[in-house]
This record gives sequence, C-alpha cells and structure tokens, in this order.
Amino acid sequence: MSEAILEAPGSGAPETLANPVEQAISALKERFPEAVVDDPRDGYSGLVVPADKLTEVALALRDDLGFDYLSSVTGVDLIEDGKLEAVYHTYSIDKGGSAVVLHVQVDRDNPVIPSLVPVWPGADFQEREAWDLLGIQFDGHPDLRRILTWDGFHGHPLRKDWKEPFYEEDTKPFGSRWPAGGVLRAEELNPYGQNVQYPAGWVPTGDEYDVETEMYAITGADLAYSIDASQQMKTDKITVNLGPQHPSTHGVFRMVVQLDGETVVDLKPVMGYLHRNHEKIGERNTFLGNIPYTDRLDYLSPISNNLGYVLAVEKLLGSVVPERAEWIRILTVELTRIANHLWAIGFLLNDLGALQTPMLYFYIERELILDFFEALTGARMMNNYMRFGGVAYDLPDEIRGQATMEFLNELVHERLPRAIEQGDNLMTHNEIVRARSIGVGVLTRKESIAYSMAGPMLRASGVNYDVRKAEPYSYYEQLDFDIPVYYNGDVYDRYKVRMDELQQSLRIVRQVLPHLQATEGAPIIDGKPSYAIRTPQPGEAYGRVENPKGELGFYVTAKRRSSSPERYHVRAPSFINLTSLGKMCQGHKVADIVVILGSIDIVLGEVDR
Amino acid sequence: MTTSNTGAVAPGVTVPEELSNNVMITNIAKLLDPAYNWARRNSIWPMVFGLACCAIEMICTASSRYDLARFGMEVFRATPRQSDLMIISGTVTKKMVPTIVRLYNQMPEPRYVLSMGACASGGGPFKEGYNVVDGIDKFLPVDVYVPGCPPTPQALINGLIALQEKIDQQSIATAPWYRKDDPTAGLVPIPVLGPDLVDLRQLDTIKREAAKAMAEQKQMEEETAVSPKPPDTQSYEIDKDKQ
Amino acid sequence: MYGLGIVRGMAITFRNFVESYLDDIFWWGKGGRYYNDAALQVRQSLKGQGVVTVFYPEEKLSVPERFRFVPFLVTDDPGPGQKWGHDWCTSCGICAKVCPPQCIWIKRGTQPNGRPKPEPEQFFIDIDICMNCGLCAEFCPFDAIKMDHDYELASYDRTTAHIHDKERLSKPISYWREIAPKKAEAEAAARDFAESNKKKKKAKDGEGGDEPRLAEEKVRQLPYRGEYY
Repeated sequence: MSEAILEAPGSGAPETLANPVEQAISALKERFPEAVVDDPRDGYSGLVVPADKLTEVALALRDDLGFDYLSSVTGVDLIEDGKLEAVYHTYSIDKGGSAVVLHVQVDRDNPVIPSLVPVWPGADFQEREAWDLLGIQFDGHPDLRRILTWDGFHGHPLRKDWKEPFYEEDTKPFGSRWPAGGVLRAEELNPYGQNVQYPAGWVPTGDEYDVETEMYAITGADLAYSIDASQQMKTDKITVNLGPQHPSTHGVFRMVVQLDGETVVDLKPVMGYLHRNHEKIGERNTFLGNIPYTDRLDYLSPISNNLGYVLAVEKLLGSVVPERAEWIRILTVELTRIANHLWAIGFLLNDLGALQTPMLYFYIERELILDFFEALTGARMMNNYMRFGGVAYDLPDEIRGQATMEFLNELVHERLPRAIEQGDNLMTHNEIVRARSIGVGVLTRKESIAYSMAGPMLRASGVNYDVRKAEPYSYYEQLDFDIPVYYNGDVYDRYKVRMDELQQSLRIVRQVLPHLQATEGAPIIDGKPSYAIRTPQPGEAYGRVENPKGELGFYVTAKRRSSSPERYHVRAPSFINLTSLGKMCQGHKVADIVVILGSIDIVLGEVDR
Repeated sequence: MTTSNTGAVAPGVTVPEELSNNVMITNIAKLLDPAYNWARRNSIWPMVFGLACCAIEMICTASSRYDLARFGMEVFRATPRQSDLMIISGTVTKKMVPTIVRLYNQMPEPRYVLSMGACASGGGPFKEGYNVVDGIDKFLPVDVYVPGCPPTPQALINGLIALQEKIDQQSIATAPWYRKDDPTAGLVPIPVLGPDLVDLRQLDTIKREAAKAMAEQKQMEEETAVSPKPPDTQSYEIDKDKQ
Repeated sequence: MYGLGIVRGMAITFRNFVESYLDDIFWWGKGGRYYNDAALQVRQSLKGQGVVTVFYPEEKLSVPERFRFVPFLVTDDPGPGQKWGHDWCTSCGICAKVCPPQCIWIKRGTQPNGRPKPEPEQFFIDIDICMNCGLCAEFCPFDAIKMDHDYELASYDRTTAHIHDKERLSKPISYWREIAPKKAEAEAAARDFAESNKKKKKAKDGEGGDEPRLAEEKVRQLPYRGEYY
C-alpha cells in the first residue's frame, strides 16, 4: 500500500461558476448557428445536430470545450417520425459534471451518419453495435461489421418493426397469461418448434454458409510470406483463435489473434456468444420487470447494476429516496464492489498462473458477503434488490446466527481487512507477478480517454475520474474516501488500483454502518411499493454509476404515461473497455494476451448483453 | 471356489450332480456393473465450460465451501477429449450453439450433459430473445436438468448426485457405447448460422415451410393485383372480408 | 532481496495449510469437525477458519428466511380427510402481470352462475422460464404466493417435471410457517391489522380505543413487513 499515490478529491478541477454543460452548449450554438439547436422534444435536454456537422461539433467539444470523454453511443428507432437517431453522451474528465448530449436524426430508409471513430476510437464497438442492432450506417467507420449477431443475420433486431420468432405482444403483461390460462409454450406456435424464423422464400441447402471468412480477412491474415530483415528467414503469419470456449477467456469470448512467431501482430475480439437480447426484452418489460434482468448483466455485481438502472428511471419518475434506503444502497453497492474485486483479482492471478490459490483464499470472504446478500435479499447472486424510490427489504435480524450489525461490523473490521492483507502479502510483492505484469498491456493517459475506458482501467492510466466524485449520486458526497490513481497504465497498476479500491470501499462501509444504526426502523422506500408504474412525463434519462468494472450507464427514454421504456440501452463498461484490447496486446507474446484480458476484468453477460 | 448348493437357480433348470457345488456366472455384467459404475460415478470429470451467470455458481461449487472434490469431480478439464460431463451452465445462444454441439461431439463416450439453470433447460427469462436457444435439449441429449436461476451450489450438487444415480442404473451389458456398428452414431450434426440458426436435421421442415410461405406470398400478390382493378364489385370485397 | 516475495507467499500458504487442521484438533472429542451441527454452525459463521467445506448432502447449509427459489401457492391446512385446503389465491392475476419473464398462467374459476369465482381453476408456473426474482410474492396482496426454499429439484425430464401445475404448486400454510416462521408471523400480524382496520371502518363507532393503534405500532415494528414491505 505504501506505493499508492492517492489524489485528493477534486484536485485539479478548476472552479467554475457557471455550469460547464451550459457553457459548452451555448458555445456550440454560437459556433454553429442554426445548425445546432436545443432538442425541441419534451423532457429531452441535449442538442440536435445535423449529420453533416457532427464531426465538426465533436472536434469542437473534444478540443476546445473540454468534453473529451465519449461515454456512450447508441441509437434509437423513432418509427413514428420515420427516423433513426444516434445519441452521444460526452463528458468532461477535468470538470466532471453531467453530459453534453448530442442527438443526430437521419432518415429511416437511408440512415447514414459520419463515424466518430477518427475523433474518438472508443466509438468503434458502440457504432458497430448500433449498426448491428439498428442498421445505422456509420460513414467512414474502419470496420463496420455486425458485432453481436453474426454476418448474414436477417434484419436489425432493435428496430421497432422487427419481430422476433417468439413474438407475442408488444408490451408486457401479455394478455394471454390471464385470465385465459392454459400453459402455452412459445415453441408450440412456431412451425419449426424452435426459436427461429427465416425470411420468406428462403430455402437452405445447409452448406452455403461461411460467416467466418470476412472476419479472418479483416485481421489481415494474408498468406503471403513476410521477410524478417534481420535473419533473412521466411516467416509466415498464422491466425489463432482463442475462444469462444477457452479456459482463459472468462466466458464465451473469442479473440482472433494474428501471430508472427509468438508475437501478436493483431487481435480482433469477437463477441456476441452470450448476446441475450437484453435491450429488446427490456423495451417490452415494465419498468419494474427490468430490475431482475439488470442483475444478469454483470452477474458478479448485480446490486450495482440495479442501482444504475433505478437511478435512471427515478429521474424519469421523480422519486425521492428516504435516508435509510440511501445508506443501505451504498452499503450493498460497496460490498458488491469488494466481492467483485476479490473475484477479479483472484481470476487475474489465476490467469497469471497462480492457479486457484489466491482465488480460493478470496472466495471464503466472498462467500461471507454472499451470505449477507442472501439473508438480505433472498438470493446469493441475482439479488433484485433495488426498487424505485428505495430498496426492497430492510436489513435482516440475523445472519448465520449473528445479529446483522454485529455481523457487518465483524466482517468489515476484521474478516475483510485480514483477507485483503493476506492477499496483499501473498501477491503484491511476488517477483513472478511483478515480472509478468509490469510493463504489460500499457495504455497511456491520452489513449485511455480516447478509447472511452472506464473504471480501474482509466484510473490505472493516471486519470482521476470516478463517477462517485465526478457526478456524485446517492450520498457519496457526504462520504470521505479517496480515488486510487496509478500512472503506468499496465496490468500491475490495474491490479494495484483494485487492491486500493478494496480498502477505500471498506472505508466507505465503515462510515455507513453508524448511519444504519442511527436510522434503524426508518422507512426504506418512498411511498407504497407499486407494480403499475407509469412515467408522469415523456423524456429521456441517463443514469450512471461507478460499477466495479467502470462506468455503467442506462439510457432510458419513455413516452408519457407509459409503463415500459421506449428505448432501453445499457452502456456496458466491460464491452467498451474491450475496444482497446487489440491495441494493448500488439507486440506482446501470446501468453500476455490472457493476462491483459484478465486485467480488464470483463463479464460476458455485460459485454454481450 | 465352491459354495454350498443353496444358491439361486432359475426355475425349470436342473443342475447336474457334478456341478452342484460350483458357482456359475451366467451374467458377467451383473458382477461387473457395481465395480464399473462405482469407478465411473466417482470420477466424472466436467469440462471447463462456463456460459453465463450459472458458471459463477458452478465455480463456487468447485471452490472450498462446497468442494466438488468430495465427488471426484474437481478435475475440470479444459479439453473435451478428457471430460465426461458437460455442464451447460447458462444461456445457450444461437451464435454459441454450433460450438457447443461441436464440443459435445468431441467428447468421448460415455458422455453426459447436465443442463444447469432455467436458461439452459428451456431458455429461461431470456426465452423470448431472438438470439437465444430455447433449451439445449433441442440439440443435445440432456441427462439431468437442474432448475433454478441460478441454482445454488447445493442445488447443483443435488443434480450431480442425480447424475451419479443415473450412472448407477446403467449396465455394462447394455451400454450403447460398446456396441456400436456405426461410429458416427450419437453424434449431433452441427447447426449452421444462416439468416437465423439452421438445424440441419430440420432441413425438410424448413424447405416445406419456405414453399408454403412462397405460395402465400404469391397469393397475396395476386390478391393485391386484382383488388384495385374492379371498383364496382362490392360483392368481391365482402368476400374478401370474410376470408 | 529477489525471491523474498515468493517466500512470503509460501509462508502464507503454509499457514493456511496448518490452519486447515486446527479445527480437527479443536473438535476432537466434541463430536468431530464434520457431520456435527455445532461445528457446522461455527465453521460457516465469521468465526470459521481453515477448512469451511459443507458436506452436502449429509449436512446442509441453512438458508435464510428470505431465500427464494421457485414459487408455490399457499393453501389452508387441509382438514381431516381432505387432500388440499382452501386456496388463498383469489386469481386476481397480479402475479401474472408483474412476472418479468411472464412464466405464470392463471385461469380464473367460474361459479355455476357464470360469475367469476375468487379461486383459480388452473395455475401453471413454468420453472424453466421463472427467474426466481420473487416479485410475484412481493406484490401478492393476499400472501397467496410465496417463494419456496426447496432447491433440490433436479430431474431427468423437463417436459413432465418442470411445468408446475396447481396440484404441484399448492402447499399448506403450515409449511410456510415452518420454513419462514418470522416472516409468516409478520404477515399474519399485518393481515390482522388490515382486518381490524376494515372492521373499524365498517363499525364506525369509534369505540375500542387503543386496540387498533397498538396493533399498528406492532406491525410497524415488525422487521419484515410493516407498512413498508
């Protein structure tokens, strides 16, 4: 811990009197008169930018106005207006605060928008996703292929007029469930008995498909010999697949690696093997029904995901959260962060070759945290704990035969610090760990911002940015904690950031516990819990939290008096952090790929959604 | 080896005098089965194969608190060639299912499939999803289903014990993997990815449905071609409404 | 010194190795470390050190009251000679509406005169779709659907075993009291309170003074369910 360089909160942020977002918006409107206008729709706060001015506006935002961090890119299908819309959220790393939101609307039949990859390389995967799911063409994108579905997939599933094979009704609840009765399996209605649907008149032969060729072509796997100048030896580049079933990929993730000898020339992540259509299902669900689905995004930190979604919808609903509920939220979210980092560090060491030992030591403590969650929420993993305007349950009486507060006190004052110290002694100064991780997978400060990195990835590259400080939510402003920042941007620093975050999370939990004791018996939810939730006003909301993996954002739009979101998009930190994987791996050996991937700490449920 | 002549004799069989003191093994399988199954049930090696959320609970099951080593199952193998059991731990997507089937085909006999969690068994909460396979049993023969979302580690162990019980029921005499004339029997054709997932065993159905759809489309086109032409035929429009 | 970090790490693994045997010594002559309830309790609490393994199925890790697996329907305790008691479910359909993956099918019963009967005729839950989120139990106004604690549901055939019909789902209230005593008690108190309020409103004679207020306080104090569930 002695090597930690902790930055004081808010240091380096110049004090500005006016809101930086308003400043930037007025500056943009001044610079692009008539082209850039306020969004005229009710409940929308951003700017409408014409497609041909987008690149200029983005450059102005990045270079002149200080909004240098592109957090989220997504699309919306405005079927009633016959338009497709791309939505960009840009933030300022230095100033913090909320986002400048850009809306670009194009014709639904010819949706062409200039790509922002030349401005922000971090837009790469997000634009590919918008192309894949909504069919927005990004002009000038270097590699506009499908990313979550496969090449050759029929249609763009997130368009409102695209119906999936098991389509029943547009919004839940389905009328067929009650009071008609009679169990109706969706496959019984489909002529194929499976979740498939083919374009009319399509007749297969079974051997005409080749969804892989294009992917290999893009990695530049040409079979020509390249000549190594030093040794005058003919070498051949080979293409190797890691995954989708591979012990090191943390799930069903695939990397197409091009190797020269043992050195990585190029690496392309291939994902979508766990694409569970979260957003399509979410647009049909009721607002409440989406909460348990968010558990399954980043399934190592479910409560954190709940919080992000609930914050976004609370903005739409205008709920007020009672004090005790806020403290419980922070308690659970920080314990989730600890559980997640224990897992992530254990697995990183597993990838480094310390097979299972650190992992198994950390699991014992993680199980204790899960015991707490199980007693509190009823489930070990899929907690489904947050509600709009509060939380679902109050703290339980006892956990494993101990009073709850006693259990928590002992956990955060004795068990967890001891386990973290043991892990620190076991790993931090281990020469093998240092040799394998120092200087591996380096990402500079500039690159990490350009690639829209988030969370420990960003902070290991010397960027002091944490949503809890930059745009505080819940009661984080009242709490005293530091943001660990390291400056080398390699695997070792990411490990150190996580180790320090464990300490900081413990520090936060220790501050929360007295508040919990003081608010014993106070209400935990605003008003009476209701299942029929409707938005009072139309509008958009973007809720973001600092998840263990990075900035998790939920972009939700709704019409007036609607019970389900019109558009529901998840800005998944794991997914966007993978954008830089190819860049980080270039020039390293094959064995380092596994370590670099481990240091990003991805969860496939969130990558593919 | 001799025993007394109180051993069971099948009815209607007369044992010759000179053989009455000897043990006759008429069914080798019955003698071997307990040993054979005991060995197999206590060394089921699962594959390192995590798909989704359930994989986390599977890893927890293997870790120290629940400890699969007590069942001889702690040897998670990364290659299908060395594994006996495939735990389908999570949502099976259309993009992933060709890989899963290929891995299954690569596993040596006897091989078992355990479907862990709601998603693997029947699509689970993601069943409506356009990229989700509604149950791995559409492609692979599943031996044990473990419900739950996700099943707790103890529920998974319960399923593994159910698998052990199933293995106990098997007999070396009837085991299909020793009496195969066709080496490809038991293999599942690998589905391919077209405009949607194509199960090759369903090609006939798909072709039939495609022909049907084409005929319908033709009919529609004819109807739309006919309908604007005669503006005076009221009776025709009524007929069409009825249809 | 190069290698010191490795040596320190080895020391930690060695300490853990030794610790894993301490329990054996501690529980020597007190029933042993395994298959011993008292030992299991200690091992699974924060006091647990060394080996923490639970020897499922011989010993089982207890689940908390709020634990949720698949749902079941609450009925009255069956009377003598009866197979089932009266359903608590009134087939209002809230559970079917609130279920996020829509795994519940209800058919409302009809009385002979054709009017709806407050009792379901059919009730299905497909546990291959159910995501164990517990929202049905949370929003049921009659406490008629609850989350079960029984997780040992492994089966060999899902088509027959995984669609739970009304017969399979129904369990008597005594079962719920057994698996979640505190929660059941709190719910009963809340129901009594609502009942007394209703009576009071009906009577409207202002008598009975303290009684409803006391009940209200009691309900508020209940940790699991008061006004705020």
